[in-house]
Amino acid sequence: MSTEQQHETLVPPPPPVRRIVIDDPPTIVPAPRGGATAAGGTAPTASFQRTERADAAGVERMRTHALSIAYGGKPAVKAVDLPVRQGEVLALIGPSGCGKTTLLRSLNRLTELTATASREGRITLDGGDVDELEVTELRRRVSMVFQQPNPFPMSIFDNVAYALREQGSKRPRKAELMEPVEDALRRAGLWDEVGTTLDHPALRLSGGQQQRLCIARALAARPEVLLMDEPCSALDPKSTARIEELILQLRDEVAVVIVTHNLQQAYRIADHVAFMWLGELEEYGPVEQIFGAAHSQRTLDYVSGAFG
Amino acid sequence: MIENRRSWALRDRLGFYACWAAGLALCAIAAAVAIYMLVKGVSELRPAMLFERPSDGVDQRGQGGLLDPIAGSLLVTTIGIAIALPLGVGVALWLVEYARPFWLARLVESGVEVIAGTPSIVLAVFGLILFSESFLSVLSFKPEGADTAFGRSFLIAGAMMSLIALPLIVGATREGLNAIPGHVREASYALGKTKAATIRRVLLPTVRPNIAAGTALGMGRIIGDTAIIVILLGATARLQPLEDVFGPAGPLRGTGSTLTSFVYNNSPAGEGGAFEKAYAAAFVLLLIVVVLNLVVARIAGGAARQGGR
Repeated sequence: MSTEQQHETLVPPPPPVRRIVIDDPPTIVPAPRGGATAAGGTAPTASFQRTERADAAGVERMRTHALSIAYGGKPAVKAVDLPVRQGEVLALIGPSGCGKTTLLRSLNRLTELTATASREGRITLDGGDVDELEVTELRRRVSMVFQQPNPFPMSIFDNVAYALREQGSKRPRKAELMEPVEDALRRAGLWDEVGTTLDHPALRLSGGQQQRLCIARALAARPEVLLMDEPCSALDPKSTARIEELILQLRDEVAVVIVTHNLQQAYRIADHVAFMWLGELEEYGPVEQIFGAAHSQRTLDYVSGAFG
Repeated sequence: MIENRRSWALRDRLGFYACWAAGLALCAIAAAVAIYMLVKGVSELRPAMLFERPSDGVDQRGQGGLLDPIAGSLLVTTIGIAIALPLGVGVALWLVEYARPFWLARLVESGVEVIAGTPSIVLAVFGLILFSESFLSVLSFKPEGADTAFGRSFLIAGAMMSLIALPLIVGATREGLNAIPGHVREASYALGKTKAATIRRVLLPTVRPNIAAGTALGMGRIIGDTAIIVILLGATARLQPLEDVFGPAGPLRGTGSTLTSFVYNNSPAGEGGAFEKAYAAAFVLLLIVVVLNLVVARIAGGAARQGGR
């Protein structure tokens, strides 16, 4: 690890470094004591163990083909080819401003809300170009959970039912939606906590519960792909652990793409990892490859905490 | 207090006491107005006045109550808010959620500011000129033989009053919309909702308390305005419905008075001469404003029950 030592001599005082011991099978060293790390400094959820998956890569649901996105002519994502597979969690990692979130948002065309954004290249969902879908249809199939928990100012029930109802309407009525709402809340692991208080305002829930409510809301319409933009960065370690558990349960029914600054989180929950660097896809591979035997020196440096 | 103020510079201590004094003085003034109006109002107001019509004509020294001015105040406020509320919320939505092209948005913003800054007497005079145009005579009436419209009616006064409330409603709604983080809108879009659906089901319910606050302020301004009433409502003590084929629209196209114009008319500056009735009317006006604010707060409660923002 010569680059790392170099780095430490260049920048006094030495930054707290998160080390990934490279041997086989990969193990993870406990989080550094004291000081925020480049990876975001979220406290580790030590009790949580990575669950290995027996089966190999699943069915490909989405793929970007030479996807480039620029904001006002300034490129944010450069010619990225990336597959999103059913039954696995894909983590996008990389330093701030490297295009992770832009790439994520482009998958359900949320980037189009930014007036200056322009796109080149194709994105396919089940082989079909996403541009050929009605954007509302695309977003029902490729839903998203955001960094900040953002329930709407309505009841818990109405929040989950929101995606199931007609545009701007309160129909269908509550009775008809009870089943799918309960189902979504169960899948988000929230039913036991809110099952008897569905008419309470969603904004009175705790932050972690609000985020799981947002996941339930996103799951209600039975999407094929779930995009998550740092879903735990505003949450405490305990809520983070709940949500990570939840993501692992969800990956069989929905393809999950998650942006995270927390390398340990990526290690714990991802099946494949894409490392982004200055808008480019520097390396993509199974989690064992990225954290254990990265092909690129930059990936190696990043996951070992030499920069970030 | 942890800090000992004796260690402060004299200048700072003086400033500190001045702030205290200013706060206390304001309380004293507010209390003085409230108590004076309460005492005068309670002593001058007979409950029967609320249900008696005022004397027909200017002189109010004889018999007569406040029924017509009360009805007039409520009517003008209702018309004004009925116009200003949808318009104001619409303008605010457009300014925050659309606002393209940019130059038009700036123009609309400036327009709202100009209206907000225009004294109501100027609006009143402008309204009189505008609504005297004979093609707008449907809002008032056309005197026989004249080639201009009369230009004074509840509809006309209410229409100009809506301009007073409009900037307040636009401002409050806009502030509420601006306070909603972008990711809340995106969360709705990310569930496959259209912009229209997002506005209707997420944004408008969220800003309901803001809309209510703006409406309450607007109602307060409308119900308290005198200039527009004196010039555009005719300030006739009694409602003077227009007797014509329009039937129910008669009162709306006719003239009348409000509590403010009644107070003005019976103050030493006016010609009504019934000072005691002016006090009674002012007291009723204050009561109505308080009640209206409570009603609006109650209507806004729906959103507050969902935890507001």
